Amino acid sequence: MITLAGVTKRFGERAVLKGVDLAVARGEVLCLIGGSGSGKSTILRCINGLERHDEGEIHVGGTRVDAAGLQAVRRRVAMVFQRFNLFPHRTVLENVIEAPVHVHGEAPAEARARALDLLARVDMADHAHSLPGALSGGQQQRVGIARALALRPEAILFDEPTSALDPERVGEVLRVMRELAEEGMTMLIVTHEIGFAREVADRVAFVDQGVIAEQGAAAEVLTHPREARTAQFLARVLQKG
Amino acid sequence: MNAFLADAQAFLPVLLMGLLVTLELTVCALSLSLALGVVWVVLGRARFAPWRWLSQTVITVVRGIPIIVQLFFIYFVLPDWGLDLPPFLAGVIGLGLAYSVYQAENLRGGIGAVDRGLIEAGDALGMNRFTLWRRVILPLGLRHALPSIGNTMVMLLKDTSIASTITIAELTREGQLLAISTFKNGSVYALIALLYLTASLPLGALVRLLERKGRLA
Repeated sequence: MITLAGVTKRFGERAVLKGVDLAVARGEVLCLIGGSGSGKSTILRCINGLERHDEGEIHVGGTRVDAAGLQAVRRRVAMVFQRFNLFPHRTVLENVIEAPVHVHGEAPAEARARALDLLARVDMADHAHSLPGALSGGQQQRVGIARALALRPEAILFDEPTSALDPERVGEVLRVMRELAEEGMTMLIVTHEIGFAREVADRVAFVDQGVIAEQGAAAEVLTHPREARTAQFLARVLQKG
Repeated sequence: MNAFLADAQAFLPVLLMGLLVTLELTVCALSLSLALGVVWVVLGRARFAPWRWLSQTVITVVRGIPIIVQLFFIYFVLPDWGLDLPPFLAGVIGLGLAYSVYQAENLRGGIGAVDRGLIEAGDALGMNRFTLWRRVILPLGLRHALPSIGNTMVMLLKDTSIASTITIAELTREGQLLAISTFKNGSVYALIALLYLTASLPLGALVRLLERKGRLA
């Protein structure tokens, strides 16, 4: 579904990705873990072209990620942001129908009905007419997920979806994500929630200094890491938690 | 005081007609200045470099020439080149163009304050440049720019008095004509000043109303 081969990315002098090889199969949940600055968010942002990678190839469902393929790719993969990035001047419902109506030309009535279903799914139907600014972080992120689903994506990229949330709000977002995983959605998730990764992810990839240092079955990587740096990272994160 | 009230009673009908023209001029020039301001900002952020140069050049040139000279150019010089505009239209174009560069500056500031993440959200949803501007960047940038646009609006209202120099019968010109024919400079200019002041007050209220309506929570 999503493949990266030899992907590099530099910001000026600094090499952020130094040859990333990664494959996400259809219906798979893959968690990217790693320290801050390791490049894991940049991997996501290269997949939907928010950053242009320098070398290597990225394919999404057979479409190459480049200037020509970008629109097709963005139709197939949706993104959920760390800071939600809901449009603050539009209501919850308007946020969800924004892309269907104003990008893909879906009939507003139809899009609205579908959006209300999606909002019900993330338990936000009661807030359909609120502005994002009136909602808690957890609520906003659930709307962010509904907005992503409204694209009818084949895969969803999650960029640290719970990192900006109050601790007591993390659970409600992870619950929605778990349900999506159970329904077979292809998900690539940058996260610090090791417990969630262990429970929900099919595979885990540990990103360190711009490369995939280790990847494998979630239980394997998180319980018996082969690499010393993976073990060090896990020890550090789990200690904090 | 009684003399002033008597003068006011005599002059106000004429001056109010002038004020009406002033307000029409303000509304038309304001609309044009905002539309052109958006154009300069969009061109200024274009990927194609010559668009950016064009925007920069227009802003530099227009900002560097006094409004009165621009008006004279449009009203007195363009006819030599075969473009003979009626005074009101010439005034709208002149003031609208002159003020568009200030509006561009206001809008640029407002757009600069738009959260980068929201633009990325629009990108990630597959918006093309046009949709992104129309649905995200401009609506949010306008909200951020509203206070400075309001300020510019008041300046424009007052600067429409410059249009008196190209025979537009707005407030200042009507007043001048009255003053010349009656020699009652004190009463006439006091009334004019009061009318401009009165007209500027609702603008502040309008901006506050728009800001409240555009609140994001």
